[in-house]
Amino acid sequence: MTTVIWIAAVSVLIALYLSWTAGRLDRLHARIDAARAALDAQLLRRASIAQELATAGVLDPAASMVLYQAAHAARLARDERREVAESELSQALRAVFAETAQVRAVRDAPGGEASAEELVAAVRRVPMARRFHNDAVRAARAVRRHRTVRWFRLAGHAPFPLAFEMDDEPPASLDKFAARAEGPGH
Amino acid sequence: MRIGIVCPYSWDVPGGVQFHVRDLAEHLIRRGHDVSVLAPADDDTPLPPYVVSAGRAVPVPYNGSVARLNFGFLSAARVRRWVHDGDFQVLHIHEPAAPSLALLTCWAARGPIVGTFHTSNPRSRAMIAAYPILQPALEKISARIAVSEYARRTLVEHLGGDAVVIPNGVDGGVFADAEPKAEWQGGTIGFVGRIDEPRKGLPVLMRALPRILAARPDTRLLVAGRGDEKEAVAALPREMRDRVEFLGMVSDEDKARLLRSVDLYVAPNTGGESFGIILVEAMSAGAPVLASDLDAFAQVLDGGTAGELFPNEDADALAAAAVRLLGDPARLAELRERGSEHVRRFDWSTVGADILAVYETVTAGAEAVAPDDRAGLLGRLGFSRD
Repeated sequence: MTTVIWIAAVSVLIALYLSWTAGRLDRLHARIDAARAALDAQLLRRASIAQELATAGVLDPAASMVLYQAAHAARLARDERREVAESELSQALRAVFAETAQVRAVRDAPGGEASAEELVAAVRRVPMARRFHNDAVRAARAVRRHRTVRWFRLAGHAPFPLAFEMDDEPPASLDKFAARAEGPGH
Repeated sequence: MRIGIVCPYSWDVPGGVQFHVRDLAEHLIRRGHDVSVLAPADDDTPLPPYVVSAGRAVPVPYNGSVARLNFGFLSAARVRRWVHDGDFQVLHIHEPAAPSLALLTCWAARGPIVGTFHTSNPRSRAMIAAYPILQPALEKISARIAVSEYARRTLVEHLGGDAVVIPNGVDGGVFADAEPKAEWQGGTIGFVGRIDEPRKGLPVLMRALPRILAARPDTRLLVAGRGDEKEAVAALPREMRDRVEFLGMVSDEDKARLLRSVDLYVAPNTGGESFGIILVEAMSAGAPVLASDLDAFAQVLDGGTAGELFPNEDADALAAAAVRLLGDPARLAELRERGSEHVRRFDWSTVGADILAVYETVTAGAEAVAPDDRAGLLGRLGFSRD
């Protein structure tokens, strides 16, 4: 009789543990989804403002074309080309805004102040969103590698999470501009 | 935005994390946000209107020193109630890896949680043992912030994952606008920090002082901070002791005036620093900085361009650098200017905007914060309490 009770108790405990782990994994997948949505939103925002600046006529024609091409490609890139296209947009932004003079040109145009601020915010937030996303991916992967999770297939049909790898280094001139625009003088 | 901030350490005990939380909360409130801070405090301590007490913190030995921590059913219940009543859009918890309120909040809540890691403690055995318990709680943090590149590195080594670096904020205006005090001017070196805490490095500075005085006999050393003054000067030749002035514990206002007055600020700390807020304060006040080359300090000083660095614990190098700087007004002026330029990134307006950007990134499209009913066994079996 006692054996039966013991077996029952142990099975209940195992079931609780499995259900708790499944819940934990579920929460991690939800976190990845939210982080991915946030990253998509930030990338889209950056591409849009880059495209807007490229077509506004405040930059020289060569810079405008480089920026337009990269922003356009980033917006339309399919999933498997996305990381490359977004990295290329980062490089284009760095090339175009290598000098502070270009940033000043944008700011001096009518309504340019707002555009410049939006660009600064966008290039600052893409790396943030990407780090949060990849952090969530790492946490989920760590749990999914557990033996229990693999044996009992607790992850269900959720695809194995992949990190988003890209070059997201912001242009140096914009960094300085950000420190000045939000500094105590304003 | 409705923001809930959790401070793990007692509100009535002064400390870096507490000051950071206070300044952050006040900055966000000024920007028009709705902020509530949950912090341990004695029930009879007067608290600002935005602080909610989580009960008294209990002193327990932890990790080699006595820490004041919150745990147990009562604290957990208060955390749950605060999360439930606050109806926050985002929770910002500080020092989540310490066994305290922040960790309890991680258990009790779900939704967008931001965590700031302040210290860069070496990995403790308790942390390794608690890893299976810690990890599920820390997994709930959707965005991690580290206060320096150094803190981020230790975080990545110990817990894995990644974090964005947002430095601690300083209200630069308070320091830049402070009135210099005439009696603290004229060939003065400043030091702020606990006298009897060797890690703050006063002994190194005392070893260097005879050489500095030999080259520049008019130099005075102003020391602000608690501790035994007699013991501090014991190693110094008797005739040099009157060149050291002890100011004791100074008010925030006097600290700003001191930093504004001195010709050179020296930070000889020998370790245990993850950020170095005092350097930012000194630079905001326009004081040229000479600091030991700890990782954290080197980063705050932009690798040595915003202030000078000397090899850690090397009193001779410290003396040589101090003598050279005090005899070169042009270099001091240059450091003043570079420092003031450099500290803008630590001003609350910049730091606050970055923290808000983090909040916006994690709340976009996410649900609001709610008590996590799944956390408890009872909730799991359908006996949810709320």
